[in-house]
Amino acid sequence: MRLLWFHLMPYTELPDDFVERHGSVWVDIDPALFDARIGHELYNEFLDELEEAAELGFDGICVNEHHQNGYGLMPSPNLMAAALARRTRDAALVVMGNSIALYDPPTRVAEEFAMLDCLSGGRLIAGFPVGTPMDTCYAYGRNPSTLRSRYHEAHDLIVKAWQADAPFAWNGRWNQQRYVNVWPRPIQKPHPPIWIPGGGSVETWQWCARQDYVYAYLSYFGYQAGRAVMQGFWDEMERLGKDKNPYRAGFLQFVGVAESRAEAIDLYRGPAEYFYGRCLCVDPRYAAPPGYTTEATLRAKVVSQVAQAAQRADQQRRAFVAPSFEEILSKGYVIVGSPDEVAEQLRTVATELNVGQLMLLLQFGNMRRDLTGYNTELFAKRVSPQLRNLFDDTWENRWWPRPLAGEARATPRGIAS
Amino acid sequence: MAAPAGRGGPCDAAGHRVVTTPRERTARVNGEPCRVWEAGQGEPIGFLAGLFGLTRWTPFLERLSRTRRVVVPSLPGFPGGRGHEQLDDLPDWVAATLDLLEAADLRGADLVGASVGGTLAAEAAAFSPGIARRLVLVAPFGLFDEAEPVADVWAQRADELPALLAGHPERVLEQLAPAPGADPIECHIESVRAMAAAARLLWPTCDRGLNKRLHRIRIPTLLVWGSADRVVPPSYARRFAERLGGPCSVRLLEGAGHRVDLDAPEALVDAILGG
Repeated sequence: MRLLWFHLMPYTELPDDFVERHGSVWVDIDPALFDARIGHELYNEFLDELEEAAELGFDGICVNEHHQNGYGLMPSPNLMAAALARRTRDAALVVMGNSIALYDPPTRVAEEFAMLDCLSGGRLIAGFPVGTPMDTCYAYGRNPSTLRSRYHEAHDLIVKAWQADAPFAWNGRWNQQRYVNVWPRPIQKPHPPIWIPGGGSVETWQWCARQDYVYAYLSYFGYQAGRAVMQGFWDEMERLGKDKNPYRAGFLQFVGVAESRAEAIDLYRGPAEYFYGRCLCVDPRYAAPPGYTTEATLRAKVVSQVAQAAQRADQQRRAFVAPSFEEILSKGYVIVGSPDEVAEQLRTVATELNVGQLMLLLQFGNMRRDLTGYNTELFAKRVSPQLRNLFDDTWENRWWPRPLAGEARATPRGIAS
Repeated sequence: MAAPAGRGGPCDAAGHRVVTTPRERTARVNGEPCRVWEAGQGEPIGFLAGLFGLTRWTPFLERLSRTRRVVVPSLPGFPGGRGHEQLDDLPDWVAATLDLLEAADLRGADLVGASVGGTLAAEAAAFSPGIARRLVLVAPFGLFDEAEPVADVWAQRADELPALLAGHPERVLEQLAPAPGADPIECHIESVRAMAAAARLLWPTCDRGLNKRLHRIRIPTLLVWGSADRVVPPSYARRFAERLGGPCSVRLLEGAGHRVDLDAPEALVDAILGG
């Protein structure tokens, strides 16, 4: 299986009274809470962590896009990926991804991803999320009722632009360009692997199957909550006559490793409470712009009375309620333990959910350099070896980058001190 | 399709009697069905409804239909109307509105538009001067002043929206409740669709450039606002009045919120008929 190191790049210094005094981590987060000196430290520290993960042998390093968000400091993940391309050699660069409906014209994404693929020698994985309501509709002002239509057109345009052997005119519903001609071109032919981060909608699963893309379920709520979604995904693949190749699926899991479970609980309690107690304090007003969810998905979601009741309770909840650390552990949001315990649990997760592309959040909440490094190193040296060979004897990973051979690769110079 | 009036009982939450069952027919706009309700005798008057549209005949329409032949076409995406997902930009919406008004035989009639319906009534009148003889705009969207912004109706908690829209939130809830025998899931989806249609036209600030076209409206126009409108502040009446190109008057209805038609049905009818 593939083990990928995923960074959200959270701001680590949200105050203790954040929920009571500020109350919103996304869209209208208090600008006064951002200290640019800390921002300077964090960006450099976080890039170091990603580089170290690559050196320690993780198969891929992942960055993603969020806007006006206190737990995601990457409005432009492409900037981070560009920095990483120069300082890593073998790891896949997973940009997970660019919300393509936000860019006018979307060929900007085709260009930047082509640049990254060239710069990295063909190591790019191109993620195309629709984007959350908070990022797209509220922060970027995109119309929820036209977002998906724009997304699909942007995808078609980008993929065509990467492959066209001559300039072409695009007279679309949302984009008109008389001369589309992406220059530079990606190294990987016909284009870099495309992964689709998504929620649990049937339409997304069907689309991934039709396009033969990886479906990545990026939830912060762990394998227990993810089980039903991944079961739905695989049921749909079977219905569509697709094989059960686990590399069709990506999954995100928070993990904290230590020498013992007791030590892990001691070390990761604070960061987990910080993430689930502060970083997920999203105002529900920004969660469901009308038109963002298709009517088919809406119908499927509200069809059970139980789901309806839960949704109502959710909508009417006035105060944000942080889960306790015990709940975080018992519900499997975060897996903690000794290397053997974590390996055992992740083996179960990967097998049960049938996931070949496992993305790991080994920095979460307010974890700083030392703890993140400890977690990453323990995982790389004592967990990865126990998982690495899973699936490889049975399935081919057709959704992985095909970089240039070693001798064709440029060598960036070191940094002058 | 929503149940005709009367089926849910003879009174609404406020005790207004609603006994009329409107005649119903279907107009086609871009090939999609749009419901047209009609009741009463006399000079025709059209009504384009606001946020959430109309799921039932209301006391406001009941009272207006005692004096006039009231024609109520449903805009695409609002209850009874389909096809909003074909409408990508303002010209698409204006053309659809003109098609709908013409299919409802309302060209040249008096036209009342409330909230989102008021925006489209104004746009229709600006683009096609003969579409209406006289205009009544009830708390229309369409302008945006940063110093006194229009509320973001698409960023509200579900349980707080009714009180934002009306001084009598129970009347909003009554409009949104499933009719007897109706599927509650489809009813919920219908209300989400109506909000999505409004968003499709007006997201994110409700300003689609109407301020550059209001001067083209030269027919007599009455602006009606609820004094307690928490969505489009009553001061917007002045902003509209300053820009309109023809004779206009302003009526402020004391205590009413954004859904003037639900909060103050009698006073709204009196304003329309007396203006």
